[in-house]
Amino acid sequence: MTQQPIIKVQNLKKYFPVKGIFFTKGYVKAVDDVSFEIMRGETFGLVGESGCGKTTVARTILRLIKATSGRVFFEGKDVFKLKGDELLWFRRKAQIMFQDPYSSLNPRMTVFEIIMEPVRFHKIEVGDPEDFVVGLLETVGMNRDHLYRFPHEFSGGQRQRIALARILAMKPEFIVLDEPTSALDVSVHAQILNMLRDLQRERGFTYLFISHDLAVVKYMSHRIAVMYLGKIVEIAPSDKLFEEPLHPYTQALLAALPIPDPEYTRKKPKIEIRGEPPSPINPPPGCRFHPRCPHAMKICKEKEPPLTQVEPGRFVACWLYTGRKG
Amino acid sequence: MKPILEIKDLHVHFYTYAGVVKAIAGVSFTVYEGETFALVGETGCGKSVTSRAITRLIESPGRIVKGSVIYHTKDGRKIDLLKLPEAELRAIRGKEIAYIFQDPTAALDPLYTSGYQVAEAMVVHRTVRSWKDGIKRAIEILRSVLIPDPEKRVKAYPHELSGGMKQRVVIGTSLSNRPRVLIADEPTTALDVTIQAQILKLIESLKRRHNATVMLITHNMGVVAEIADRVAVMYAGKIVEIGNVFQIFKNPQHPYTKGLLKAVPNPLIKVEKLESIPGTVPNLINPPPGCRFHPRCPFVMDVCRVEEPPMVEVEPGHQVACWLYTKR
Ligand SMILES: Nc1ncnc2c1ncn2[C@@H]1O[C@H](COP(=O)(O)OP(=O)(O)OP(=O)(O)O)[C@@H](O)[C@H]1O
Ligand SMILES: Nc1ncnc2c1ncn2[C@@H]1O[C@H](COP(=O)(O)OP(=O)(O)OP(=O)(O)O)[C@@H](O)[C@H]1O
Ligand SMILES: [Mg+2]
Ligand SMILES: [Mg+2]
Repeated sequence: MTQQPIIKVQNLKKYFPVKGIFFTKGYVKAVDDVSFEIMRGETFGLVGESGCGKTTVARTILRLIKATSGRVFFEGKDVFKLKGDELLWFRRKAQIMFQDPYSSLNPRMTVFEIIMEPVRFHKIEVGDPEDFVVGLLETVGMNRDHLYRFPHEFSGGQRQRIALARILAMKPEFIVLDEPTSALDVSVHAQILNMLRDLQRERGFTYLFISHDLAVVKYMSHRIAVMYLGKIVEIAPSDKLFEEPLHPYTQALLAALPIPDPEYTRKKPKIEIRGEPPSPINPPPGCRFHPRCPHAMKICKEKEPPLTQVEPGRFVACWLYTGRKG
Repeated sequence: MKPILEIKDLHVHFYTYAGVVKAIAGVSFTVYEGETFALVGETGCGKSVTSRAITRLIESPGRIVKGSVIYHTKDGRKIDLLKLPEAELRAIRGKEIAYIFQDPTAALDPLYTSGYQVAEAMVVHRTVRSWKDGIKRAIEILRSVLIPDPEKRVKAYPHELSGGMKQRVVIGTSLSNRPRVLIADEPTTALDVTIQAQILKLIESLKRRHNATVMLITHNMGVVAEIADRVAVMYAGKIVEIGNVFQIFKNPQHPYTKGLLKAVPNPLIKVEKLESIPGTVPNLINPPPGCRFHPRCPFVMDVCRVEEPPMVEVEPGHQVACWLYTKR
């Protein structure tokens, strides 16, 4: 991992209109003023509960959907302004792997065609196509026997391997992994996670790793950002986040996390978080977490806390800390 | 410990076009009164089918081909639920043995209010005198499952409730007749962790209050560690290991249990590398002969390929089906 950012996200917003019968009734503020940087060679984890905006962050920075506002820089280039060859270059260098291994592969294509399709589109020189594809399949733990088979003949784990081989064919630098193992069985998910880590070590990939599973995010990531209702509430190095979570929401998430150790869980204090996440259509004023926060103060109901650096490398958006600069 | 359910040599088959799926192949275990018994294993290993077979909720093309389920009634009788006439079974199912199914959206009827659905089970089983009494009780039940504003929420339709709320209504429905046994099939899998923690705590406290027995079905080892007293690990239609929660987590014996535990990261420990189990879950139309885990097992021996390992006790209350622990 280096200290040079490969991706910089600045004040990113994505609002989806909620349509009424005659006019727009309001907006889902799916991503609301999010900023972060990812260093080259790093795995940056993005964690948060269902609907908090993780996938929307990924899709907007890859320009798969149009941002409402904000800017994204990839290797210094303004992604939302890219055109022509430069846009093609970006489409190759920045890839995404989706959660669902069943719908992400074209059911009518063979493995060979699935992997070669984008290679042909981008006119990438590969020498003998069959040898090239076999090489990729071997990298992801499959082989020549699988070349001319169709997706339905494979298990979920094997399909994720095929999806990964297709991504590797592009020689990418940055890969978004959007819940890449959530649909897989426990005994198989470790195979995929380990393969992703090994590939990063060998090829210097940069990952944005998205998951709602904190334990998996910790295993994979160097740094972690915690999202709540469209906002990043905390960014910290992985071990620090678990040793000393700062934001009350992060604390609640960690307390709620089931730990596979019966001795520990029978001793641990039970902190309970009340209520449920409010609707992103009309989020509460001030800090969006305040209705569920055990420490809520007057200011939390009125003013949104900015994401502030409180120690080197640690950021938190919470009025409990904004005085305590490090 | 007094047994409440004894499942003996259960076999369930599904007769499909592709062949006979031997989904449950000789499953036996005992659930004791007042405990939380967890059934764990990966997708398709047979957790749901086992739990549904207990009250014969297996639909075509499935059939229970063998086995017995001995239910110990409150007054000390032992009855085989698999042999009971349907009418008598119906009086037990939903009343003494109640279910919480995995998907709260599918478990609720979109056309009826939450109050109606909670009251219905009581009206059907005549535990209330009228619908009016039923709705009154429903408000109390919704309050007991921590639904805010229950007087208003009894009139709410499922689509007006969040996922967590719906699951509370489902739990309320299941608990309305104060069941002796609550079978919860992945009750929190569709929910976020903060809501999951609330629901698990709710199930535990209701269980304690009514002195009920809980059979919890899940694939999440963390959830098992949190609330189970005893655990059965299933693989490909068979139970491979049974023990109390400490035996299973601290002293696992079966190579599959060991593998499963090493494949889930414990976020409190620095894990250098997760261990994975090679290969994938077998198909159950032509399951591997001998031990069904043998093609993926790092300790496989000749005998494992031909003969099924019997369940043997390795310490009091801790049993495992593996040739490594059986003297021949
Ligand atoms: N195309 C769309 N139109 C309208 N609303 C959308 C659209 N896509 C996402 N949303 C809304 O934006 C919010 C964020 O969704 P997003 O899919 O980014 O969440 P997520 O964190 O990835 O959740 P999950 O963990 O369930 O995948 C949600 O409220 C969602 O309903
Ligand atoms: N209606 C059916 N027709 C054919 N096979 C079936 C049917 N229902 C279940 N099965 C088979 O029975 C086996 C056990 O299924 P079951 O639903 O009990 O698994 P499970 O352990 O509950 O899995 P999950 O964790 O995904 O809920 C599976 O292999 C499945 O394919
Ligand atoms: Mg998502
Ligand atoms: Mg199931």
